[in-house]
Amino acid sequence: MTEKLNKVDAVIVGSGWAGGIVAAELTKKGHNVVILERGKARGSSDFVAMKDELRYSSRYELMQDLSKETLTSRNGLNKTALPVRNNYHARLGTDTGGAGDHWNGIAFRWLPYDFEIYSKTVERYGAEKIPQGTTIQDWGITYDELEPYYDQYEKAAGISGEENPLGPRRSDKYPNPAMKTTPTITLFKDASKKLGYHPYHLPSANMSQAYTNPDGELINGCMYCAFCEEYGCGFNAKSSPTVTVLATAEKTGHLELRNNANVTRVAHDGTRATGLVYTDTNTGKTYEQPADVVVLAGFVFNNTRLLLLSDIGKPYDPKTGNGIIGKNFTGHFTNISTYIGARGFFKDKKFNTFMGTGALGATIDDFSGDNKDHSNSDYLHGFEVHYSQLGARPIANNHVPKGTPTWGKVFKKNSIYYYNRNLFITPQSGFLPNKNSYMDLDPTYKDALGNPLLRVTCEYQDQDRKRARAGVAVCKQIMQQMGADIVDVDDVPDDTNFNHRFFTDHFFGGAIMGEGPHNSAVNTFSQMWDMENLFVVGGSSFPHNSNYNPTVTIGAFAYRAAEGINKYFSQGGGLVQQAKTNKGDT
Amino acid sequence: MTDDTDSNGTVVDDPTRRNFIKATSRVAGGSVGGALLGGVFVGQAAQAKPNEPKEQKQPETPNFQEARQFFTRTDDFEVLKAATECVFPEDDNGPGAVGLNVPYFIDKQLAGLWGVNGQDYRAGPFQPQASQDPGHVQPHPEQSAMNRGAIFLNGLRKLNEVSEKRFGKRFESANEEQQIQILQAFENDDIDMVGVAASDFFTLLRQTTLEGAYSDPLYGGNKNMQGWKMKEYPGAQASYSAVIEQDEFVKLEPISLTDYQG
Repeated sequence: MTEKLNKVDAVIVGSGWAGGIVAAELTKKGHNVVILERGKARGSSDFVAMKDELRYSSRYELMQDLSKETLTSRNGLNKTALPVRNNYHARLGTDTGGAGDHWNGIAFRWLPYDFEIYSKTVERYGAEKIPQGTTIQDWGITYDELEPYYDQYEKAAGISGEENPLGPRRSDKYPNPAMKTTPTITLFKDASKKLGYHPYHLPSANMSQAYTNPDGELINGCMYCAFCEEYGCGFNAKSSPTVTVLATAEKTGHLELRNNANVTRVAHDGTRATGLVYTDTNTGKTYEQPADVVVLAGFVFNNTRLLLLSDIGKPYDPKTGNGIIGKNFTGHFTNISTYIGARGFFKDKKFNTFMGTGALGATIDDFSGDNKDHSNSDYLHGFEVHYSQLGARPIANNHVPKGTPTWGKVFKKNSIYYYNRNLFITPQSGFLPNKNSYMDLDPTYKDALGNPLLRVTCEYQDQDRKRARAGVAVCKQIMQQMGADIVDVDDVPDDTNFNHRFFTDHFFGGAIMGEGPHNSAVNTFSQMWDMENLFVVGGSSFPHNSNYNPTVTIGAFAYRAAEGINKYFSQGGGLVQQAKTNKGDT
Repeated sequence: MTDDTDSNGTVVDDPTRRNFIKATSRVAGGSVGGALLGGVFVGQAAQAKPNEPKEQKQPETPNFQEARQFFTRTDDFEVLKAATECVFPEDDNGPGAVGLNVPYFIDKQLAGLWGVNGQDYRAGPFQPQASQDPGHVQPHPEQSAMNRGAIFLNGLRKLNEVSEKRFGKRFESANEEQQIQILQAFENDDIDMVGVAASDFFTLLRQTTLEGAYSDPLYGGNKNMQGWKMKEYPGAQASYSAVIEQDEFVKLEPISLTDYQG
């Protein structure tokens, strides 16, 4: 039996960056907010003795417990999806702070091109340039309209950065100077410059110095201890929801963060959301938390799945192209978008690569988005090429030159010899949506509570493989310029297809934004077009994937959503942004 | 501090190449006396004397952690010892899998959450053959109906079965060349196993061996941090802030997680 609780102003699913930002901005205005977080309570005191590669990088202890719920996955419409059974294949965040507590902290803005990708492509190349089956669309917002929210997020998170010579307009400089420059970063930058490129430090949410954000939250300076990706920071030196926005919301006295609360449905009457139904995972009891405004701020998969399970909106059908919920699944994939590249082995030079931090490194934007003319390319969008020194830990780093055995005597000698003598450059590529890549409910597999799992269908297009090859070629060129004695380059064969790995945390779509309900689920304030008191915030609203890490753009849109929700309260309801009716379907 | 002058240490295709070994020893030896962040690294490669009988290194009191939690049969554990040592053998750099206590590490891992796939989705139907889809990543036998403990037991017994069939003796009694030949057959899927591909078992064996060599010693492997010392990896250091910008290679005495607890 479901117990109905007392109504609050707003109830939010998830305590990551998206949920945390919305909670902070609503509670600062005096609204009473409940966050329902299905994971356990977690914070800085859990992170002190965290420098344990086996526990957190090999066994993925901070990641979602897949024994209770996972995804299913297939790489073609006619295939049977299978469950993604272990964390090696699905590195998904959970617990208080979500993935925002164990991210690397690479903090890019996206490009003006991204938000108007359809119009700008047609304007520069003509509509026929868009490959068949590619479902790109304008987002309904311009970079200039989003810029103030970028600035707001960067100041809240204290981003450390260096001016990007090819970057879009900024209203203000980064709140903190760039991270330290190591010898390997200098090597990458010098080589890139020599080739005519424009390197700059990766923008970073690891702090270059101690910083107090506009809400009064202190974030400490980074120790470069090499335990960042997949780890929480024991020094409070990485910007995260727990050290910033959740702390701010707590201080107002208007937030209740309820852990072990697994949301299974949005309660609604067809036109309005009335609350959230959840199961307390400690007792098995079911509750309904009523609220005036309901916010879904879980990860892409959870937001999409909750809409589908709650029968909200029209599910996308890849055969007809009709429907919207589940549409435009994109991401950064390990065998095509990132984690491939060029590895250089240096016979006579040892580097301190065991030192580092998540967002320490440098990149070039010469090939990002549409910065390079694509007239003679058979793909759209591009890639940033980066070197990062995140700290080479010993279990995961046993690289040997191609052709060397991968076990036994020769392997051991070479893997030890080259442990401190190899560097890697990777291109992170954009990924454009296509009509066959989407999410729906799986017909077979269920979670621990008996609800269908989310099924992800993902197919690569030729342009995705071509973009990846172009990126890898630039990596090779730079690595050779850096003076490596051996340069091993990853291949992207013609039969490369989605490999069922959800490893990057960069996944998008399912409840995408746009100019009107004809091609989107939400407006640019993340408000559902046809259920005005339901806001679906996060990567689920992105119609495509750029060639950058997404967190800063998720943060910017979360600030915009929070502004929209506060406006919704103050104006007493209604859409906070109307549809633009003068543009047709893409 | 720097050993950039040792240019002989190129790609080592031949395990018998002496110049590489000499270079490595010289490197490590040359570092003695260099202090950074208050730590003095004593090159393990220079210290290690692999030919010394192991008995001399044993502590006088027994190590009560060196007993089995998972493997019930000594025979299985002996195959595990021999197989992991093949994957990660003792050499001039330092100890191999057995010297690092990797078999006990694996035994403890299989007895815990990971061995029973405790954090994995385990509802059927299982389709183990689907892992062989070329598009599917291989490092873990993801779709098998068996848990990791069962895969290890089946795999080790299969190794022994193949050895007895091919060479008429138990796997741990076969010579090095024969053991390598059998492991290669598993790696190349030339052996049929039930419920899991032989190459999946081999990948699991290889990965777990490396984990035992290089994880924090709290898990029972990486004995005396010798895995880390071979790689000049300094473990759970609190900060590199003061030294990360310098060009010279930095050698530090490794730190384990015991320094953070208690």
